[in-house]
Amino acid sequence: MGIRFILMVNKQGQTRLAQYYEWLTLEERRALEGEIVRKCLARNEQQCSFVEHRNYKIVYRRYASLFFLVGVDNDENELAILEFIHLLVETMDRHFGNVCELDIMFHLEKAHFMLEEMVMNGSIVETSKANILSPIQLMDKAS
Amino acid sequence: MIRAIRACKTAAEERAVVRKECGAIRASINEDDLDYRHRNLAKLMFIQMLGYPTHFGQMECLKLIASTGFPEKRIGYLGLMLLLDERQEVLMLVTNSLKQDLNHSNQYIVGLALCALGNICSAEMARDLAPEVERLLQFRDPNIRKKAALCSIRIIKKVPDLAENFINCAASLLKEKHHGVLITGVQLCADLCKFSSEALEYFRKKCTEGLVRTLRDIVNSPYSPEYDISGITDPYLHIRLLKLLRILGQGDADASDRMTDILAQVATKTESNKNAGNAILYECVETIMSIEDYGGLRVLAINILGKFLSNRDNNIRYVALNMLMRATTLDAQTVQRHRATILDCVKDSDASIRKRALELLYLLVNENNVKPLIKELIEYLEVSDQEFKGDLTAKICSLVEKFSSEKIWYIDQMLKVLSEAGNFVKDEVWHALIVVISNASDLHGYTVRALYRAFLTSTEQETLVRVAVWCIGEYGDMLVNNVGMLDIEDPLTVTECDAVDAVEVAIKRHTSDLTTKAMALIALLKLSSRFPFYSERIKGIIVQNKGNLVLELQQRSIEFNRILQKHQKIRSALVERIPVLDEATFSGRRAGSLPTAISTSSGAPSNLPNGIAKPATAPIPDLLDLSSDDVPAPSSSGGDFPQDLLGVDLSPTPAPSGAGKPPNASTDVLLDLLSIGTSLPVQTGLSASDILSSSQDDKAPFANFNGLASLSSLSANATSPANAAPMMDLSDGHGSGPQKPEENGQAYPSLVAYESSSLRVMFNFSKQPGSPQTTLIQATFTNLSSNVYNDFLFQTAVPKFLQLHLDPASSNTLPASGDGSITQNLKVTNSQHGKVCLLSLINVYVMNSESEILARESFIIYVFYFQKSLVMRVRIAYKTNNKDVLEERQINNFPQNL
Repeated sequence: MGIRFILMVNKQGQTRLAQYYEWLTLEERRALEGEIVRKCLARNEQQCSFVEHRNYKIVYRRYASLFFLVGVDNDENELAILEFIHLLVETMDRHFGNVCELDIMFHLEKAHFMLEEMVMNGSIVETSKANILSPIQLMDKAS
Repeated sequence: MIRAIRACKTAAEERAVVRKECGAIRASINEDDLDYRHRNLAKLMFIQMLGYPTHFGQMECLKLIASTGFPEKRIGYLGLMLLLDERQEVLMLVTNSLKQDLNHSNQYIVGLALCALGNICSAEMARDLAPEVERLLQFRDPNIRKKAALCSIRIIKKVPDLAENFINCAASLLKEKHHGVLITGVQLCADLCKFSSEALEYFRKKCTEGLVRTLRDIVNSPYSPEYDISGITDPYLHIRLLKLLRILGQGDADASDRMTDILAQVATKTESNKNAGNAILYECVETIMSIEDYGGLRVLAINILGKFLSNRDNNIRYVALNMLMRATTLDAQTVQRHRATILDCVKDSDASIRKRALELLYLLVNENNVKPLIKELIEYLEVSDQEFKGDLTAKICSLVEKFSSEKIWYIDQMLKVLSEAGNFVKDEVWHALIVVISNASDLHGYTVRALYRAFLTSTEQETLVRVAVWCIGEYGDMLVNNVGMLDIEDPLTVTECDAVDAVEVAIKRHTSDLTTKAMALIALLKLSSRFPFYSERIKGIIVQNKGNLVLELQQRSIEFNRILQKHQKIRSALVERIPVLDEATFSGRRAGSLPTAISTSSGAPSNLPNGIAKPATAPIPDLLDLSSDDVPAPSSSGGDFPQDLLGVDLSPTPAPSGAGKPPNASTDVLLDLLSIGTSLPVQTGLSASDILSSSQDDKAPFANFNGLASLSSLSANATSPANAAPMMDLSDGHGSGPQKPEENGQAYPSLVAYESSSLRVMFNFSKQPGSPQTTLIQATFTNLSSNVYNDFLFQTAVPKFLQLHLDPASSNTLPASGDGSITQNLKVTNSQHGKVCLLSLINVYVMNSESEILARESFIIYVFYFQKSLVMRVRIAYKTNNKDVLEERQINNFPQNL
């Protein structure tokens, strides 16, 4: 499957966006988020961006106060996922214009739409920013 | 609302706000407020993200999906994907809406439906909607095709037998130009290959060329701003293509051959100064490793990894270590070249890298490099941080064990580990160390001195203290007298007093746990005999523990005190050095453990501490029973453990060794006993009887025995019948003398071996012609209750003089109310059949829960005892009404002369 979940968490450990591609109960999700966030936030800049957790890996990247955490299968290319996180951020940047935590909070549904265009069922669908954003812009225009 | 939640400072405030909001949303849902519907849902998504239940919003999603407007549908589908999952029944209701939307004229709506289907589709939906998706794979708009491709992945994952419908479509997707379609098409192909070997073959033949061409085009493509990432065109597509090539090339030389050129090109041409380039290189290396190629490509790949490894970026180093681990299985030699770098990575400050590097290094260690590597690792152990020590010690210990060529090296390294990180050493590791020490008889002196030295410098490490205390107890005299001095040792002067001091420190340490303290107590007891001069002082220390709050220690110290006071005569024999522990058995036990663990819930009072207790008058019969019967060998049909246990030949041996040294056989017995012991909290282990020619009666020790007898789990069964039975035997023996072997084929009456309100066990006996010692027993089990018994398991244990072979049972389910039965055959060989036993030497081992032998006593029993009759302990376990039932019984009313 590749990507199991994508989380955006702020520096205080509050979840700002969560998208799971495998089914977990609400309790499991909360527990998982807690564990991962604790693990990742404790690491410093110099350490590598990969953490092994249970039976999968977490690739994370920090942008200002926001952490992007992606849980992937063990055989996934970590460097590619790292690059993917960057692409995600760039895409959001292009849409929101220098994206910040608040943008994601108040436009949660848009962030989700973008993610939906990029990842489906744990696999990457589209990597061209223009293609990702076109349906969203279309909808913005319509409303 | 989001602002309100953000303003909350505490979790309680947040909960209150969420509750209020949920209330408002519910009310709004009830009013069927169309304008606010999608806003409500957006709020719900936020609430759900915070981890609150939102099931009441599910129906709202469905309504939104069924509505006509695009924005409503959009948010409805989003809610569907976030709030629902494939396991909920509500989902079934969506199938219809989805089907409609898949056929919708607006391509965006089709895209939405596909996306939702791809994320949450269940097996039923997959079957229902597969034709639509298949059709959409050929849709004119590429955005729909790509989504349909991913949707197909989900469908074939849910329903693998639909896979073949998609093979052709997938192959056509590979010819696309649009990157999105291409990347999803490649993924679809990769997944198809996983599910169907037919697809794999098809793609291998038809598509390898095409894929290679596509990859070449992308590698050489000019700058295209849309897909460019740091100078490389669409690295994701690169990676996906390489992945698919890997699947195709694996195990197929022909396909591999066709892709070598392009792989070489990717490996050499890709720039490695940016993350994206490295990601491609990394994937490329992995593909090279997996495909069938032994030539220069692999060398190239490992060189790339070497470059990665020396990179300053931790991410790159991490993936390099990861990859090298896979490479070791293919080409360990080349990887060895990077050993030094890997070793540096073990010492890295980053936990992820350390963990990877350690695992890799673990694979790289071999006979030739083990010594320097272990030296490095142990040195690093001193400075590593706490959470890493556990992993590190486990790995070091396992390596040291695996590659120990010399015992002295093993012991040395283990001592270093113990003194550095003893608290992280697992129990079985230091148990193994003790076994090794016990086996290395020429190193006893050296070891105990080294341990003593280590103990003086660090008393913080629990396991070091344990091993040191054990060795001082066992080999205390060697410590003091400098026995077995090796050239490499510094001379060390230890007085008897110092040795006792050391153990005293161990027992008085606040941090010592129960095991350590108990071991220290035993060591003291042993020292009291080794250093008679300090006997009084030791007694003092032991007495201090008489008031210990822990029952175990209290009881032990009282017992030991008694030994010191009243049983001076037997003390030295009691605290003999324990016989050399058998390594093979130990490792076997570690590997296989018991076929059937004895559960502690047997109800037997076996957890009473072993001990020496009140005197009694005529314990001889008990003793005999004890010596043999008290070995509860767990046996189950199929497990060869009983054979192991009974395999020790205890046929009468003239043991000239006297009371001092145990016969060789008893080592085995002992360890087998130990293995039984592990599942009991505290056990009284007894080794079997050996026969001596003649000796004096010694009344004193008998007193001690009764205690054991009463502690033993058999006590209830053993005492009363046993008192009478051997007396009969005795008179029998007097009367008839040694009996001739029985006539063959004699008929024996069958026996109701066991009967309770719920179960009856019948034994039928027969003898094989020509082997009077062997009795065939057919056990028939009948269920007397009205419930069916499942998982029926019959286990039996016999004394040492018997050998038992259990055939598998006819069934493991026993029907109710006597309606059918299970039969099981047993073969019992009585080694004492028709033998004359005049006198027995009985060795009694007293052990603690750590399987350490606290004491051994040898008793000589003066008895006229002729043929031994069969005795057997049976244990029946079964399940009825989902409850586990366990019944145990000793059977000693076997017919005579069996």
